[in-house]
Amino acid sequence: MTKLVVDGKQIEVPPEYTLLQACEAAGAEIPRFCFHERLSIAGNCRMCLVELKGSPKPIASCAWAVRDCRPGPKGEPPEVSTRTPMVRKAREGVMEFLLINHPLDCPICDQGGECDLQDQAMAYGIDASRYRENKRAVEDKYVGALVKTVMNRCIHCTRCVRFMTEVAGVPELGAIGRGEDTEITTYLEQAMTSELQGNVVDLCPVGALTSKPYAFAARPWELGKTESIDVMDAVGSAIRIDTRGREVMRILPRVNDDVNEEWISDKTRHVVDGLRTQRLDQPYIRVDGRLHPASWPEALDAVAARLDRIAPQRIGAIAGDLAAVEEIFALKDLLTRLGVANLDCREDGSLEWARWRARTGLPWPRSPPRSPPNRGQAESGTATTSCTPRHRAWAPSMWVSRQVRADWVRRPWQRPGPSM
Amino acid sequence: MLSDKDRIFKNLYGQHDWRLAGARSRGSWDGTKAILEKGSDWIINEVKASGLRGRGGAGFPTGLKWSFMPKQSDARPHYLVVNADESEPGTCKDREIMRNDPHLLVEGCLIASFAMHAHVCYIYVRGEFVRERERLQAAVEEAYEARLIGRDNVHAFPFDLYVHHGAGAYICGEETALLESLEGKKGQPRLKPPFPANVGLYGCPTTVNNVESIAVVPDIVKRGAAWFAGIGRPNNTGTKVFCISGHVQRPCNVEEAMGTPLRELLERHAGGVRGGWDNLLAVIPGGSSMPLIPAHQCDSLLMDFDGCRELKSSFGTAGVIVMDKSTDIIAAMARISYFYKHESCGQCTPCREGMGWMWRVLTRMAQGRAHKREIDMLMEVTTQIEGHTICAFGDGAAWPVQGLIRHFRHEIERRIDTYTASPHPEPVRVAAE
Repeated sequence: MTKLVVDGKQIEVPPEYTLLQACEAAGAEIPRFCFHERLSIAGNCRMCLVELKGSPKPIASCAWAVRDCRPGPKGEPPEVSTRTPMVRKAREGVMEFLLINHPLDCPICDQGGECDLQDQAMAYGIDASRYRENKRAVEDKYVGALVKTVMNRCIHCTRCVRFMTEVAGVPELGAIGRGEDTEITTYLEQAMTSELQGNVVDLCPVGALTSKPYAFAARPWELGKTESIDVMDAVGSAIRIDTRGREVMRILPRVNDDVNEEWISDKTRHVVDGLRTQRLDQPYIRVDGRLHPASWPEALDAVAARLDRIAPQRIGAIAGDLAAVEEIFALKDLLTRLGVANLDCREDGSLEWARWRARTGLPWPRSPPRSPPNRGQAESGTATTSCTPRHRAWAPSMWVSRQVRADWVRRPWQRPGPSM
Repeated sequence: MLSDKDRIFKNLYGQHDWRLAGARSRGSWDGTKAILEKGSDWIINEVKASGLRGRGGAGFPTGLKWSFMPKQSDARPHYLVVNADESEPGTCKDREIMRNDPHLLVEGCLIASFAMHAHVCYIYVRGEFVRERERLQAAVEEAYEARLIGRDNVHAFPFDLYVHHGAGAYICGEETALLESLEGKKGQPRLKPPFPANVGLYGCPTTVNNVESIAVVPDIVKRGAAWFAGIGRPNNTGTKVFCISGHVQRPCNVEEAMGTPLRELLERHAGGVRGGWDNLLAVIPGGSSMPLIPAHQCDSLLMDFDGCRELKSSFGTAGVIVMDKSTDIIAAMARISYFYKHESCGQCTPCREGMGWMWRVLTRMAQGRAHKREIDMLMEVTTQIEGHTICAFGDGAAWPVQGLIRHFRHEIERRIDTYTASPHPEPVRVAAE
C-alpha cells in the first residue's frame, strides 16, 4: 500500500492503482471519456487531467500509476489535487476543444439523456462558444445493420476500436486519417461481423454510434428499468430490460464480473425485435409448397382435418425452451385427449447429453465457470466443445481469446511470429 | 569561428568520398576497438563529461539519457534506435550527414550500442529520404562486409544494424511514435511513463537518439571529452550543424561552435541577410516549432540552448529560418500552423481540435478578417494546448503562434484595422451563441 494525499485527504492505495482509481477511492470524481475499466488505457481524451505536486503540467490521471508518483523532498507522500483552478481550467479547455467540432444536434440525438459529453459539459462547459469557423463535417459510415453512425458527433475516444480489438477479438473497427481528419471506420465500409458489436453503442460516450433498430424509439427517461437474466444462450448474462408502458423497448447489459462482465451478445440485445415487430401474429396454411394467410378457424380446421387421419402413435410434440408453462400444459391437454403419449421438451439436448457423457463421463455442464479460466483451462475447455464458441457461448470464447492476447502483451518479445 | 581541425563533419558538403575508404581517410573506424576495450562505463562517462546535449531539439544531455538504461539485462534485449526522421521544417542537417558522412553515423551506432549493451540498433529514416536511405544502407553493407559490424565482427561485440524506412509522417519523429511505427503500428505517441529506457521497442529497454547526437560520439570518445567541452560555452558545448535558410544570400548548412552569435553566423557563412542586417524582420532559431525572435533581439543572440532560452525561444534543431522585412509574418505563421494541423496525429483532444482552430483563426488574421479580441482568445487557445497533450507536438505547434502574438501583436491589429477600414462583401463573422 502506498500513501497518497488527494485534495488534502490522506489515503492508502495499492501502488499499481492509477491516479484515477486512487482519486475515486478518496471520493473525488474524475471526468473521463476515453477511459473504461475493461479496456486498455488510451489517455487520449485528456479530460481526466489532475494536478500532481511537483509536475509543471497537469497529468492524465487515467494513465499515471501511483507508483510513478515521486515523494516530496522530505519524503512526504505525493499530493494530487482535483479541484484546483489549474485543473478546472485544463478540463474546461479540453471540454471546449471537444465541443468546437461537436454538432449542436442534441434534440435529435439518440444519446440525449445518457450522453457523457452532455453530462460533463454541464460541469465543465462554457455557456457560449468562441469558435467562429465552420464545424467539421464527417461522412457517416456504414458499419452494419445494427449500429447506426453519425460521425459528426465522434470525439475520437477510440473506445469502440479498443473494444472490437481487445474484447470482441476482431479488429474490424479502426481509425484512419490523422489530426482532425481522423475517422472511425470499418476501413472499406464493410459490416462488422462480431457477435458483440452492439456493445460499442453502450461504450460510445456520445451519439456517434447508436442502435439502428432502436433509432428514435424512446428517450432514456421514459423507460422503466427491470433487472433480469438473459435466456437467449447458455451464458445467462445479466441484463436490464427497458420498457415503456407494456412494451419492451431495449435490452442492455448489467455488470456481472463472473459471467458477462459488462457486455451482451447481439442475439440478446436485439431479441426485442421478436417480441413485437418480427412476430408471427396470424396463421398461414401451406398449399402446394407456398404459405397463404388464413384466419384462425380455417387454420384450426385444417389442423383438425389432418389430425383426424393420423393414428395417435404417429403423432408427437416437442415443446420449445422458450414456451411458457401454460402453453405447454395446454398442449399436453390436447395431446392427452387425442390419446397421444409422445411429448418431449428436450429440443436437441438429449442427444448432445448422451454423447457428452459417453465421451467424458462427466455430468452435463449447466452453467459457465464461476471465474474466467486461465489459459490452460480455457484451452482445454474449448477443446471439448463441438460448437462454435463465438456463437454458442460468446463469454468463454472472449475469455480465451483475451487470455491469449494478454500473454502476448505481457511478453511481446516472446510472441510467436515470423519476425522474432 | 570553428577551426578546421575541430570539425567533426569533414564531408558535410559531399566534396569527398562518402564510402568506407574515404571515411577511413578522414579518421572513421580508426581505433574503434581500443575505444570499446575501455568499457561501456568509460564511454558513458566520457559522453557525460563532454556535455553533449541531444541534437534532436529538446537538448537533453545525451550521456545522462544513456545512463538511464538498465545496467544489467533482465533477459530482455536492449535496443538503440536512431531517429533519422528529420522532418522539422527548416532543418536539413541529418540528411547531409546520412548523404555525405554515413560512416560517422554507423560507427557512432556501434559505440553507443556498446555503451548501452544493445546488440541491435535500428535507424529509422524519414520516408521522403530515399537517396539518403540508399547511401546509408550502402554504408551499412560496407561495414558488414569489412566485418566492422555484424554478428562476428573485428570488434568482438556482436552487433546488428538495420536501416528502416518510414512512410513520411512528421509525428514519427517523436520518439515513442517512432517506436510504434517501427513496431509496425500506427505512428502515434505513447503515454509516458513508462519511458522507453524501461519499456521501449517491443517492450524492451530502448534509447532513442538523434542522428547528429550519435554521429558526434566517435569523435568525442576518440578526441576526448575535454576537447568537445572546450568548444562553445559551459552547458552548451561542442560543435553543431546549423541549417540556415530563408532570406539570406546563400542558404547553407554549416558546422559551427555552439554559442556563435547569430549575426556572425549569418554574415560569415550565409552571406548576410538579404538587403542587409537592418532589413531583418525576425528569425526562427531552431526549426518551425520554436517561437520566433524579432530583429531587435537578434543583435546579441547567441546561438545555443541557453542563449535562445533567455529570449523565450528555443534552440531546437538549429534550423535557422531568416525572414526579412518583405515577409508577411502572419501569413508565414498561418502556414506553419497549417503544417501542424496537417501533421497532428489526432490521438489526443487539444492537439487534434486546437490545431485546426489556430490555423483557421490565423488565416483570417493574415487577411485582417478578425476581431481584435480574438488575438487574446488565440493566445488562450495556445495555452490550452500547450502542456495538455500526450507528446510535445502540441507545445511545438503552440509556440510559434505565441511568439507571433508576443512580438507582432501590433502587426495583427494593424491588419485588422486596414481590413475594417475598407468595405468588404464578406463581413467578419461572430460566433453563434
